[in-house]
Amino acid sequence: MTDLLALFSLPVLETTFRLGTPLLLACLAGLFSERAGIFDIGLEGKMLVAAFFSASVAYTTSSVWLGLMAGIAASLVLSLIHGLASITFRGNQLISGVALNFLASGVTVVVAQTWFSQGGRTPSLPDEARFKPISFFFVEILESIPVIGPVLASLIFGHDLLVYVAFAAVPVTWWVLFRTRFGLRLRAVGENPAAVDTAGVSVVGLRFAAVLICGVLCGIAGAYLATALQAGFVKEMTAGRGYIALAALIFAKWRPWYALGACLLFGYLQAVALRPDLLEAAFGFKVQVQLLDALPYILTVVILAGFVGKAIPPRAGGEPYVKER
Amino acid sequence: MSDKMPKWADVILIPLVGLILAFLLSGLMIWASGKDPWEAMDLMITGALGSTYGWGYTLYYATNFLFTGLAVAVAFHARMFNIGGEGQAMLGGLGVALVCLMIPWPHWTVAIVFATLGAALFGAAWSAIPAYLQAKRGSHIVITTIMFNFIAAALLNYVLVGPLKPLGAMEPATGKFPEPTHLPTLHDMLTPLGIAWSKAPPANVAFVIAVAACFAVWFLIWRTRLGYEIRAYGESESAAKYAGISPTKIIMVSMIISGALAGMMAINNVMGEAERLVLNSVEGAGFIGIAVALMGRSHPAGIFVAALLFGFLFQGGAELGLWTKIPREMVTIVQALVILFTGALDNMIRYPLEKLFLSFSRKEAAA
Repeated sequence: MTDLLALFSLPVLETTFRLGTPLLLACLAGLFSERAGIFDIGLEGKMLVAAFFSASVAYTTSSVWLGLMAGIAASLVLSLIHGLASITFRGNQLISGVALNFLASGVTVVVAQTWFSQGGRTPSLPDEARFKPISFFFVEILESIPVIGPVLASLIFGHDLLVYVAFAAVPVTWWVLFRTRFGLRLRAVGENPAAVDTAGVSVVGLRFAAVLICGVLCGIAGAYLATALQAGFVKEMTAGRGYIALAALIFAKWRPWYALGACLLFGYLQAVALRPDLLEAAFGFKVQVQLLDALPYILTVVILAGFVGKAIPPRAGGEPYVKER
Repeated sequence: MSDKMPKWADVILIPLVGLILAFLLSGLMIWASGKDPWEAMDLMITGALGSTYGWGYTLYYATNFLFTGLAVAVAFHARMFNIGGEGQAMLGGLGVALVCLMIPWPHWTVAIVFATLGAALFGAAWSAIPAYLQAKRGSHIVITTIMFNFIAAALLNYVLVGPLKPLGAMEPATGKFPEPTHLPTLHDMLTPLGIAWSKAPPANVAFVIAVAACFAVWFLIWRTRLGYEIRAYGESESAAKYAGISPTKIIMVSMIISGALAGMMAINNVMGEAERLVLNSVEGAGFIGIAVALMGRSHPAGIFVAALLFGFLFQGGAELGLWTKIPREMVTIVQALVILFTGALDNMIRYPLEKLFLSFSRKEAAA
């Protein structure tokens, strides 16, 4: 029993929050884009360029804030290309996403080699060029409280700024999408763009807005990877997180609060996969780490197949809008 | 659309302009990093095409891309986007490994028949599940095939550190395939004909099979009833339904053929080159298939040219990485730009060209 509990011990849960953060940011990014009818399988690439440019600018300027800005800007550039291809020129959104992912993995390595000559990575970042856990003044008092004190101190108040940004983004996303006029229109443009057009609202404008919001959130996610979770950029450091976020988005049926749950679940699976010893102690046999790696994808396929609650994407998703067909 | 531009412009000019744009931008990027793009190009050409050694590698890579390009193209004809070539090729590798390791084959000529079948079967199985889910449950094929790529990677990781790893081995890989399953390389095939060909590069008899597959796909798509049905379904689902074509059948069959072709890549890289199954043996060839199919306009002849081009880029890029400070990832950028310009930004090139042709034809009409 205690062995089972070890799977939910403080370090594991803390890692869950940290690993869930980039997933959550990217997932909400995808949510904005796909709710507006623009499929985005380029989340991975946007995170990757953001990770690289945030790390390199943070390293050269020793300012993590400038790094964050650079990351967001790089991600926005890819968003604009995606918008140009899929909104302006009505190209295939999926093909555009594939292209941008490759562009990101090529550009990051080539530029990293040109700038730093360290085999496609940035030098590791000094502390002042990273996001460090915020030191709340009351943490010391909290820690003295028995039992729940340490839990609160490390689990809730032991993180860096971007983790809080990610979690705050959930209610904000919900509010924007479901309680504002902009959100209503954005969702409408993903379901029935012709109706929005008839109402005199610009389909192109709304979709570009959604794609750019997606870029900002992916930028933060990438900056988090390189300047908070790790200290610097390494080749392909996103390691499929963009795709896991995509999976989480489907798992969450394109809803913000569900996205939080899905990302924490997938973050937890990643956290547990790092501790095979705990798993073996809990279940009494060796659990294949590969199964844990594959689990988010398998769960998503099951959900997609509609065996457990059907996931229905926004109706106009993936379709370029043509006025007066 | 067809009367705005002559067919040759649609088939050759647009991909060519896309390609030129991709090369221009990549050249600019090399120039911006302080190196000479002409020198890089020169090095790539001599490295990839200047010797039978270079050609041997170029053809070896091209063989991979022929299979994956054809795979993507067959699915494209039914308007399915099979992004899972990577996973299907991984599974094909597993099929080849099982066939080669489990059965004592007398000679490669027998072994390759069954290895090809094994590769096709495993690849097809891996695309059949997403196809079924698309046809019967409406799950988007792009998302499921992406997910299946990752599931395939985890599966391969599992079998290579577990059941298929020889006892005592450290590396996650199968044992070496037995001697009789080794395929003849181009050197082995051409020397008896009196043609001197470098011994080192891995290009092998699988290239011949890939070329045969080009003809087979051409015949299937343009000369059989099934091919007609696939194209009809791809053009218009509702019209195809009205003509009595079953969508379920077309989705399943086109994706199974697609997966089988992607899986067959393994006879080149696993059986022909590595002669054992290693982790990450596909090396992104499944994704390059997308670029190849887009550039080749889903026609086997176009795919042949595009696969050679990417084979050249791959080998040339490796030479660049070897002899200059330009990393071989430069090729990934070229590949990305080719996909972008010939796929997603197709209309950006098409619209101005259409206008151009329209003004030409007006002038002709006036004269």
